[in-house]
Amino acid sequence: MNKVTDAREAVADIRDGASLAVGGFGLCGIPMDLIDAIADRGVHGLRVVSNNCGVDGWGLGVLLDAGRIARMTSSYMGEHAEFGRRFRSGELEVELVPQGTLAERLRAGGAGIPAFYTPVGAGTDLASGGIPLRHAPDGSVAAHAPAREVRVIDGAEVVLERAITCDFGLVHAAVADTVGNLVFHSSARNFNPLCAMAGRITIAEAESIVPSGTLDPDHIHLPGIFVQRVVRARATTPKRVERRAVTAP
Amino acid sequence: MTGTSGAKADARKRIAARGAQELREGMYVNLGIGIPTSVPSFLDPDVSVVLHSENGLLGIGGFPAPEDEDPDTINAGKEPVTLAAGAAVFDSALSFAMVRGGHLDLALLGGMQVSATGDLANWRTAGKLIKGMGGAMDIVRGARRVVILMEHTAQDGGAKLVRHCTLPLTGKGVVDRVITELGVFDITGQGFVLRELAPGTTADEVRGRTDAPVTVDMRRPWGAAWN
Repeated sequence: MNKVTDAREAVADIRDGASLAVGGFGLCGIPMDLIDAIADRGVHGLRVVSNNCGVDGWGLGVLLDAGRIARMTSSYMGEHAEFGRRFRSGELEVELVPQGTLAERLRAGGAGIPAFYTPVGAGTDLASGGIPLRHAPDGSVAAHAPAREVRVIDGAEVVLERAITCDFGLVHAAVADTVGNLVFHSSARNFNPLCAMAGRITIAEAESIVPSGTLDPDHIHLPGIFVQRVVRARATTPKRVERRAVTAP
Repeated sequence: MTGTSGAKADARKRIAARGAQELREGMYVNLGIGIPTSVPSFLDPDVSVVLHSENGLLGIGGFPAPEDEDPDTINAGKEPVTLAAGAAVFDSALSFAMVRGGHLDLALLGGMQVSATGDLANWRTAGKLIKGMGGAMDIVRGARRVVILMEHTAQDGGAKLVRHCTLPLTGKGVVDRVITELGVFDITGQGFVLRELAPGTTADEVRGRTDAPVTVDMRRPWGAAWN
Protein backbone atom coordinates (compact mmCIF):
# COMPACT_ATOMS: atom_id res chain seq x y z
CA MET A 1 0.00 0.00 0.00
CA ASN A 2 1.30 3.45 -0.90
CA LYS A 3 -0.99 6.49 -0.66
CA VAL A 4 1.53 9.10 -1.80
CA THR A 5 0.60 11.22 -4.79
CA ASP A 6 1.01 14.85 -5.86
CA ALA A 7 -1.31 17.74 -4.97
CA ARG A 8 -2.74 18.17 -8.46
CA GLU A 9 -3.56 14.48 -8.80
CA ALA A 10 -4.91 14.31 -5.24
CA VAL A 11 -7.60 16.98 -5.83
CA ALA A 12 -8.44 15.98 -9.44
CA ASP A 13 -11.85 14.49 -8.52
CA ILE A 14 -13.03 17.49 -6.44
CA ARG A 15 -15.90 18.87 -8.53
CA ASP A 16 -18.32 21.80 -8.46
CA GLY A 17 -20.51 21.74 -5.36
CA ALA A 18 -18.24 19.37 -3.40
CA SER A 19 -18.24 19.53 0.39
CA LEU A 20 -14.84 19.93 2.08
CA ALA A 21 -13.82 19.63 5.75
CA VAL A 22 -10.67 21.71 6.03
CA GLY A 23 -8.33 21.64 9.04
CA GLY A 24 -6.70 24.65 10.67
CA PHE A 25 -7.31 27.34 13.28
CA GLY A 26 -6.77 30.78 11.82
CA LEU A 27 -3.73 30.28 9.58
CA CYS A 28 -2.24 27.63 11.86
CA GLY A 29 -2.19 24.08 10.50
CA ILE A 30 -3.99 24.87 7.23
CA PRO A 31 -3.47 22.66 4.13
CA MET A 32 -2.27 25.56 1.99
CA ASP A 33 -0.86 23.54 -0.92
CA LEU A 34 -4.10 21.56 -1.28
CA ILE A 35 -6.09 24.82 -1.22
CA ASP A 36 -3.86 26.21 -3.97
CA ALA A 37 -4.30 23.04 -6.01
CA ILE A 38 -8.10 23.31 -5.72
CA ALA A 39 -7.95 26.98 -6.71
CA ASP A 40 -6.01 25.94 -9.84
CA ARG A 41 -8.80 23.51 -10.77
CA GLY A 42 -11.35 26.32 -11.03
CA VAL A 43 -14.21 24.49 -9.29
CA HIS A 44 -17.17 26.51 -7.97
CA GLY A 45 -19.99 26.21 -5.46
CA LEU A 46 -17.83 24.58 -2.78
CA ARG A 47 -19.42 23.90 0.59
CA VAL A 48 -16.67 24.25 3.15
CA VAL A 49 -16.60 23.29 6.82
CA SER A 50 -13.69 24.96 8.61
CA ASN A 51 -13.34 26.80 11.91
CA ASN A 52 -12.33 30.00 10.07
CA CYS A 53 -11.97 30.99 6.44
CA GLY A 54 -8.40 32.23 6.23
CA VAL A 55 -7.67 35.90 5.64
CA ASP A 56 -7.82 38.03 2.52
CA GLY A 57 -5.57 36.30 -0.01
CA TRP A 58 -4.34 33.42 2.16
CA GLY A 59 -5.63 30.08 3.37
CA LEU A 60 -9.27 29.47 2.42
CA GLY A 61 -9.37 33.18 1.63
CA VAL A 62 -7.82 32.23 -1.73
CA LEU A 63 -10.96 30.26 -2.65
CA LEU A 64 -13.38 32.67 -0.99
CA ASP A 65 -11.95 35.77 -2.65
CA ALA A 66 -12.22 34.05 -6.05
CA GLY A 67 -15.91 33.34 -5.46
CA ARG A 68 -15.45 29.55 -5.38
CA ILE A 69 -17.22 28.99 -2.02
CA ALA A 70 -21.03 28.97 -1.80
CA ARG A 71 -21.40 27.98 1.84
CA MET A 72 -19.24 28.06 4.97
CA THR A 73 -19.77 26.29 8.29
CA SER A 74 -17.51 28.08 10.80
CA SER A 75 -17.31 29.36 14.36
CA TYR A 76 -15.54 32.63 13.63
CA MET A 77 -15.13 34.89 10.59
CA GLY A 78 -12.61 37.06 12.37
CA GLU A 79 -11.12 39.97 10.58
CA HIS A 80 -11.49 38.52 7.09
CA ALA A 81 -13.05 41.54 5.38
CA GLU A 82 -14.08 39.75 2.19
CA PHE A 83 -15.80 36.98 4.16
CA GLY A 84 -17.99 39.57 5.92
CA ARG A 85 -18.71 41.44 2.72
CA ARG A 86 -19.80 38.32 0.82
CA PHE A 87 -21.94 37.16 3.76
CA ARG A 88 -23.75 40.48 4.10
CA SER A 89 -24.33 40.81 0.34
CA GLY A 90 -25.92 37.37 0.08
CA GLU A 91 -23.15 35.85 -2.06
CA LEU A 92 -22.22 33.42 0.69
CA GLU A 93 -24.28 31.34 3.11
CA VAL A 94 -22.69 30.99 6.54
CA GLU A 95 -23.71 28.55 9.24
CA LEU A 96 -22.21 29.80 12.52
CA VAL A 97 -21.53 27.03 15.01
CA PRO A 98 -19.96 27.16 18.49
CA GLN A 99 -16.37 25.99 18.15
CA GLY A 100 -16.63 22.96 20.42
CA THR A 101 -19.89 21.92 18.79
CA LEU A 102 -18.21 22.18 15.38
CA ALA A 103 -15.33 19.97 16.54
CA GLU A 104 -17.72 17.41 18.02
CA ARG A 105 -19.99 17.39 14.94
CA LEU A 106 -16.96 16.54 12.78
CA ARG A 107 -15.77 13.92 15.24
CA ALA A 108 -19.26 12.42 15.41
CA GLY A 109 -19.47 12.34 11.61
CA GLY A 110 -16.24 10.39 11.42
CA ALA A 111 -17.27 8.17 14.33
CA GLY A 112 -20.69 7.13 12.99
CA ILE A 113 -22.76 9.07 15.53
CA PRO A 114 -25.54 10.79 13.50
CA ALA A 115 -26.42 13.37 16.17
CA PHE A 116 -25.85 14.19 19.83
CA TYR A 117 -27.24 16.38 22.59
CA THR A 118 -25.10 19.15 24.07
CA PRO A 119 -25.84 21.87 26.63
CA VAL A 120 -23.98 24.46 24.51
CA GLY A 121 -26.32 27.09 23.11
CA ALA A 122 -29.32 26.11 25.25
CA GLY A 123 -31.42 29.19 26.01
CA THR A 124 -29.80 31.23 23.21
CA ASP A 125 -30.94 32.01 19.67
CA LEU A 126 -28.74 29.15 18.45
CA ALA A 127 -31.38 26.83 19.93
CA SER A 128 -34.40 28.98 18.99
CA GLY A 129 -33.23 29.56 15.42
CA GLY A 130 -32.34 33.26 15.38
CA ILE A 131 -28.81 33.34 13.95
CA PRO A 132 -28.61 34.79 10.41
CA LEU A 133 -27.72 32.20 7.77
CA ARG A 134 -28.13 34.16 4.54
CA HIS A 135 -28.62 37.81 3.64
CA ALA A 136 -30.50 39.39 0.75
CA PRO A 137 -28.53 41.64 -1.63
CA ASP A 138 -29.84 44.69 0.29
CA GLY A 139 -28.22 43.36 3.48
CA SER A 140 -31.41 42.28 5.23
CA VAL A 141 -31.54 38.77 6.68
CA ALA A 142 -33.06 36.39 4.11
CA ALA A 143 -32.86 33.20 6.19
CA HIS A 144 -32.02 32.22 9.74
CA ALA A 145 -30.40 28.97 10.82
CA PRO A 146 -33.12 26.50 11.82
CA ALA A 147 -34.11 26.00 15.45
CA ARG A 148 -32.62 22.97 17.19
CA GLU A 149 -34.61 20.24 18.87
CA VAL A 150 -34.37 20.94 22.61
CA ARG A 151 -35.10 18.57 25.48
CA VAL A 152 -34.35 18.30 29.16
CA ILE A 153 -31.90 15.62 30.27
CA ASP A 154 -30.95 15.28 33.94
CA GLY A 155 -32.67 18.58 34.66
CA ALA A 156 -30.72 20.63 32.09
CA GLU A 157 -31.80 21.90 28.68
CA VAL A 158 -29.77 20.38 25.85
CA VAL A 159 -29.88 20.89 22.08
CA LEU A 160 -29.64 18.30 19.34
CA GLU A 161 -26.70 18.78 16.98
CA ARG A 162 -26.22 16.83 13.74
CA ALA A 163 -22.97 15.18 12.73
CA ILE A 164 -20.99 16.53 9.79
CA THR A 165 -19.48 14.42 7.04
CA CYS A 166 -17.99 15.82 3.83
CA ASP A 167 -17.01 14.52 0.41
CA PHE A 168 -13.39 15.36 1.15
CA GLY A 169 -11.26 16.03 4.21
CA LEU A 170 -8.22 18.28 3.66
CA VAL A 171 -5.60 18.36 6.38
CA HIS A 172 -2.05 19.44 7.16
CA ALA A 173 0.34 17.28 9.18
CA ALA A 174 3.97 17.58 10.23
CA VAL A 175 4.82 14.00 9.29
CA ALA A 176 3.00 11.32 7.31
CA ASP A 177 4.12 7.84 6.45
CA THR A 178 3.38 6.26 3.10
CA VAL A 179 0.23 4.54 4.43
CA GLY A 180 -1.25 7.77 5.81
CA ASN A 181 -0.47 7.59 9.51
CA LEU A 182 -0.13 11.21 10.67
CA VAL A 183 1.81 13.13 13.30
CA PHE A 184 0.91 16.76 13.96
CA HIS A 185 2.97 19.52 15.55
CA SER A 186 1.89 21.62 18.52
CA SER A 187 -1.32 23.67 18.10
CA ALA A 188 -1.29 22.99 14.33
CA ARG A 189 -3.15 19.79 15.23
CA ASN A 190 -6.44 21.64 16.09
CA PHE A 191 -9.24 20.55 13.71
CA ASN A 192 -7.03 18.42 11.43
CA PRO A 193 -7.67 14.95 12.92
CA LEU A 194 -11.43 15.69 13.09
CA CYS A 195 -11.62 16.90 9.47
CA ALA A 196 -9.69 13.81 8.42
CA MET A 197 -12.25 11.61 10.19
CA ALA A 198 -15.21 13.50 8.67
CA GLY A 199 -14.02 13.23 5.07
CA ARG A 200 -15.20 10.32 2.91
CA ILE A 201 -11.93 10.81 1.02
CA THR A 202 -9.23 12.51 3.06
CA ILE A 203 -6.16 14.10 1.56
CA ALA A 204 -3.28 14.89 3.90
CA GLU A 205 -0.41 17.18 3.02
CA ALA A 206 2.65 16.63 5.21
CA GLU A 207 5.90 18.51 5.69
CA SER A 208 7.77 15.24 5.49
CA ILE A 209 6.84 11.75 4.34
CA VAL A 210 8.60 8.71 5.76
CA PRO A 211 8.40 5.03 4.79
CA SER A 212 5.71 2.88 6.38
CA GLY A 213 7.13 1.25 9.50
CA THR A 214 9.30 4.23 10.42
CA LEU A 215 6.90 5.92 12.85
CA ASP A 216 6.63 4.53 16.36
CA PRO A 217 3.02 3.22 16.53
CA ASP A 218 2.75 4.71 20.03
CA HIS A 219 3.44 8.16 18.61
CA ILE A 220 0.91 8.24 15.75
CA HIS A 221 -1.75 10.92 16.33
CA LEU A 222 -4.14 9.82 13.56
CA PRO A 223 -4.18 6.28 12.14
CA GLY A 224 -3.92 5.97 8.36
CA ILE A 225 -7.36 4.36 8.01
CA PHE A 226 -8.73 7.94 8.00
CA VAL A 227 -6.38 9.08 5.22
CA GLN A 228 -6.69 8.01 1.56
CA ARG A 229 -4.10 10.24 -0.14
CA VAL A 230 -0.82 11.73 1.05
CA VAL A 231 0.91 14.72 -0.55
CA ARG A 232 4.28 16.27 0.25
CA ALA A 233 3.79 19.91 1.29
CA ARG A 234 6.07 22.31 -0.59
CA ALA A 235 8.98 23.48 1.54
CA THR A 236 8.57 26.90 -0.08
CA THR A 237 5.02 27.48 1.20
CA PRO A 238 5.38 29.88 4.13
CA LYS A 239 3.59 29.42 7.46
CA ARG A 240 2.09 32.78 8.16
CA VAL A 241 1.52 34.35 11.56
CA GLU A 242 -1.87 36.08 11.63
CA ARG A 243 -1.25 38.40 14.56
CA ARG A 244 1.44 39.29 17.06
CA ALA A 245 1.07 40.33 20.66
CA VAL A 246 1.40 44.09 21.05
CA THR A 247 3.99 43.82 23.79
CA ALA A 248 6.59 41.09 24.06
CA PRO A 249 7.68 40.56 27.68
CA MET B 1 -9.79 63.18 25.04
CA THR B 2 -6.47 62.04 26.47
CA GLY B 3 -7.96 62.24 29.95
CA THR B 4 -10.93 60.12 28.94
CA SER B 5 -8.87 57.40 27.28
CA GLY B 6 -6.44 57.49 30.23
CA ALA B 7 -9.33 56.92 32.63
CA LYS B 8 -10.56 54.07 30.45
CA ALA B 9 -7.12 52.46 30.44
CA ASP B 10 -6.92 52.84 34.22
CA ALA B 11 -10.33 51.24 34.64
CA ARG B 12 -9.36 48.29 32.48
CA LYS B 13 -6.09 47.88 34.39
CA ARG B 14 -7.92 47.95 37.70
CA ILE B 15 -10.39 45.30 36.49
CA ALA B 16 -7.57 43.05 35.23
CA ALA B 17 -5.65 43.39 38.50
CA ARG B 18 -8.70 42.44 40.55
CA GLY B 19 -9.47 39.66 38.07
CA ALA B 20 -6.02 38.17 38.64
CA GLN B 21 -6.99 37.56 42.29
CA GLU B 22 -9.62 35.07 41.12
CA LEU B 23 -6.80 32.72 40.10
CA ARG B 24 -5.69 30.30 42.81
CA GLU B 25 -2.87 27.83 43.02
CA GLY B 26 -3.33 24.79 40.79
CA MET B 27 -6.33 26.03 38.81
CA TYR B 28 -6.95 25.22 35.15
CA VAL B 29 -8.09 28.52 33.65
CA ASN B 30 -9.32 29.85 30.31
CA LEU B 31 -8.78 33.54 29.62
CA GLY B 32 -10.92 35.21 26.96
CA ILE B 33 -10.14 38.07 24.61
CA GLY B 34 -10.31 41.64 25.92
CA ILE B 35 -9.50 42.63 29.50
CA PRO B 36 -8.83 38.97 30.52
CA THR B 37 -5.88 38.85 28.10
CA SER B 38 -3.90 41.21 30.36
CA VAL B 39 -4.65 39.29 33.59
CA PRO B 40 -1.40 37.21 33.59
CA SER B 41 0.73 40.33 34.02
CA PHE B 42 -1.05 40.99 37.35
CA LEU B 43 -0.76 37.43 38.61
CA ASP B 44 1.09 36.81 41.89
CA PRO B 45 4.31 34.99 40.82
CA ASP B 46 3.83 32.53 43.69
CA VAL B 47 0.50 31.36 42.27
CA SER B 48 0.92 28.75 39.59
CA VAL B 49 -2.02 28.08 37.27
CA VAL B 50 -2.37 26.22 33.96
CA LEU B 51 -3.78 28.31 31.13
CA HIS B 52 -6.01 26.57 28.58
CA SER B 53 -6.27 27.74 24.99
CA GLU B 54 -9.31 26.55 23.02
CA ASN B 55 -7.25 25.70 19.92
CA GLY B 56 -5.59 22.83 21.75
CA LEU B 57 -3.08 23.91 24.41
CA LEU B 58 -2.84 23.44 28.16
CA GLY B 59 0.04 25.36 29.66
CA ILE B 60 0.44 28.58 27.69
CA GLY B 61 3.74 30.32 28.45
CA GLY B 62 4.77 33.90 27.71
CA PHE B 63 5.15 35.50 24.30
CA PRO B 64 8.29 34.47 22.38
CA ALA B 65 11.06 36.73 21.15
CA PRO B 66 10.54 37.30 17.41
CA GLU B 67 13.34 34.90 16.47
CA ASP B 68 11.76 32.15 18.62
CA GLU B 69 8.29 32.36 17.10
CA ASP B 70 6.74 29.06 16.00
CA PRO B 71 3.76 29.65 13.67
CA ASP B 72 2.45 26.24 14.78
CA THR B 73 2.17 27.39 18.41
CA ILE B 74 -0.46 30.08 18.79
CA ASN B 75 -3.12 31.12 21.30
CA ALA B 76 -6.84 31.59 20.67
CA GLY B 77 -6.11 35.18 19.60
CA LYS B 78 -3.85 33.70 16.88
CA GLU B 79 -0.70 35.21 18.42
CA PRO B 80 2.47 33.09 18.70
CA VAL B 81 3.05 31.94 22.27
CA THR B 82 5.45 29.61 24.07
CA LEU B 83 4.58 26.45 25.94
CA ALA B 84 5.13 26.40 29.70
CA ALA B 85 6.86 23.46 31.41
CA GLY B 86 4.33 20.65 31.70
CA ALA B 87 2.29 21.82 28.71
CA ALA B 88 0.21 19.47 26.58
CA VAL B 89 -1.19 19.80 23.05
CA PHE B 90 -4.29 18.08 21.62
CA ASP B 91 -7.02 18.40 19.02
CA SER B 92 -10.06 20.69 19.12
CA ALA B 93 -12.54 17.97 20.12
CA LEU B 94 -10.47 17.04 23.16
CA SER B 95 -9.98 20.72 23.95
CA PHE B 96 -13.74 21.26 24.12
CA ALA B 97 -14.27 17.97 25.94
CA MET B 98 -12.22 19.59 28.71
CA VAL B 99 -14.40 22.67 28.47
CA ARG B 100 -17.86 21.06 28.33
CA GLY B 101 -16.93 18.25 30.68
CA GLY B 102 -16.49 20.65 33.59
CA HIS B 103 -12.74 20.17 33.85
CA LEU B 104 -11.84 23.86 33.71
CA ASP B 105 -11.91 25.46 37.14
CA LEU B 106 -12.43 29.00 35.91
CA ALA B 107 -13.06 31.10 32.83
CA LEU B 108 -12.41 34.85 32.84
CA LEU B 109 -14.20 36.43 29.88
CA GLY B 110 -15.18 39.83 28.55
CA GLY B 111 -18.81 40.91 28.34
CA MET B 112 -21.23 43.30 26.67
CA GLN B 113 -24.20 42.69 28.99
CA VAL B 114 -24.77 40.54 32.09
CA SER B 115 -28.27 40.08 33.49
CA ALA B 116 -29.36 39.74 37.12
CA THR B 117 -29.97 36.03 36.47
CA GLY B 118 -26.47 35.46 35.08
CA ASP B 119 -27.27 35.58 31.37
CA LEU B 120 -24.29 36.71 29.30
CA ALA B 121 -24.25 38.55 25.97
CA ASN B 122 -20.79 38.94 24.50
CA TRP B 123 -20.71 37.71 20.91
CA ARG B 124 -22.76 39.95 18.71
CA THR B 125 -24.69 43.19 18.71
CA ALA B 126 -27.92 43.74 16.86
CA GLY B 127 -27.40 44.91 13.30
CA LYS B 128 -23.63 45.05 13.32
CA LEU B 129 -21.25 42.78 11.43
CA ILE B 130 -21.39 39.28 12.91
CA LYS B 131 -17.97 37.73 13.41
CA GLY B 132 -19.06 34.50 15.06
CA MET B 133 -19.21 33.09 18.56
CA GLY B 134 -15.92 31.16 18.37
CA GLY B 135 -15.60 29.10 21.54
CA ALA B 136 -17.48 31.48 23.85
CA MET B 137 -20.79 29.58 23.96
CA ASP B 138 -18.98 26.35 24.85
CA ILE B 139 -16.77 27.92 27.51
CA VAL B 140 -19.54 29.77 29.39
CA ARG B 141 -21.60 26.58 29.50
CA GLY B 142 -18.77 24.29 30.48
CA ALA B 143 -16.37 26.05 32.86
CA ARG B 144 -17.11 25.36 36.52
CA ARG B 145 -16.95 29.06 37.36
CA VAL B 146 -17.47 31.98 34.97
CA VAL B 147 -16.26 35.44 35.95
CA ILE B 148 -16.87 38.37 33.61
CA LEU B 149 -14.35 41.22 33.47
CA MET B 150 -15.85 44.29 31.85
CA GLU B 151 -16.26 48.02 32.21
CA HIS B 152 -19.30 48.92 34.27
CA THR B 153 -21.02 50.88 31.53
CA ALA B 154 -20.88 50.96 27.74
CA GLN B 155 -19.10 53.59 25.65
CA ASP B 156 -22.34 55.60 25.45
CA GLY B 157 -22.86 55.39 29.23
CA GLY B 158 -25.56 52.72 28.93
CA ALA B 159 -25.73 50.08 31.65
CA LYS B 160 -24.07 46.71 31.05
CA LEU B 161 -25.34 45.15 34.28
CA VAL B 162 -29.03 44.84 33.42
CA ARG B 163 -32.29 43.15 34.45
CA HIS B 164 -32.57 41.37 31.10
CA CYS B 165 -30.06 41.29 28.25
CA THR B 166 -31.28 42.96 25.08
CA LEU B 167 -28.42 41.58 22.98
CA PRO B 168 -28.37 37.95 21.73
CA LEU B 169 -27.20 35.62 24.48
CA THR B 170 -23.96 33.67 24.61
CA GLY B 171 -25.24 31.66 27.55
CA LYS B 172 -28.27 31.62 29.83
CA GLY B 173 -27.71 31.64 33.59
CA VAL B 174 -23.98 31.02 33.24
CA VAL B 175 -22.26 33.92 35.04
CA ASP B 176 -21.12 33.56 38.67
CA ARG B 177 -19.41 36.91 39.19
CA VAL B 178 -18.82 40.24 37.46
CA ILE B 179 -15.81 42.47 38.12
CA THR B 180 -15.97 46.08 36.94
CA GLU B 181 -13.96 49.18 37.82
CA LEU B 182 -16.65 49.98 40.42
CA GLY B 183 -16.84 46.70 42.26
CA VAL B 184 -17.26 42.95 42.50
CA PHE B 185 -20.76 41.51 42.02
CA ASP B 186 -21.93 37.97 42.63
CA ILE B 187 -24.98 36.66 40.79
CA THR B 188 -27.25 35.03 43.35
CA GLY B 189 -30.90 33.99 43.49
CA GLN B 190 -31.49 37.60 44.59
CA GLY B 191 -29.78 39.14 41.56
CA PHE B 192 -26.63 41.27 41.75
CA VAL B 193 -24.97 41.32 45.16
CA LEU B 194 -22.20 43.88 45.68
CA ARG B 195 -19.34 42.13 47.48
CA GLU B 196 -16.55 44.67 47.12
CA LEU B 197 -16.61 48.36 46.36
CA ALA B 198 -13.71 50.02 44.55
CA PRO B 199 -11.91 52.89 46.27
CA GLY B 200 -13.43 56.28 45.50
CA THR B 201 -16.93 55.08 44.72
CA THR B 202 -20.13 54.52 46.66
CA ALA B 203 -22.96 52.00 46.58
CA ASP B 204 -25.23 54.83 45.39
CA GLU B 205 -22.99 55.50 42.40
CA VAL B 206 -23.00 51.79 41.59
CA ARG B 207 -26.80 51.68 41.77
CA GLY B 208 -27.07 54.77 39.58
CA ARG B 209 -25.02 53.13 36.84
CA THR B 210 -26.67 49.70 37.06
CA ASP B 211 -29.98 48.88 35.39
CA ALA B 212 -31.04 46.26 37.93
CA PRO B 213 -31.43 46.08 41.71
CA VAL B 214 -28.14 45.76 43.62
CA THR B 215 -28.06 44.21 47.10
CA VAL B 216 -25.12 45.25 49.26
CA ASP B 217 -23.49 42.45 51.20
CA MET B 218 -19.83 43.41 51.40
CA ARG B 219 -17.34 40.70 52.16
CA ARG B 220 -14.10 42.64 52.14
CA PRO B 221 -12.53 45.83 50.88
CA TRP B 222 -11.47 46.07 47.23
CA GLY B 223 -8.63 43.76 46.36
CA ALA B 224 -8.02 42.43 49.87
CA ALA B 225 -6.48 38.99 49.70
CA TRP B 226 -8.63 35.96 50.32
CA ASN B 227 -7.98 34.17 53.58
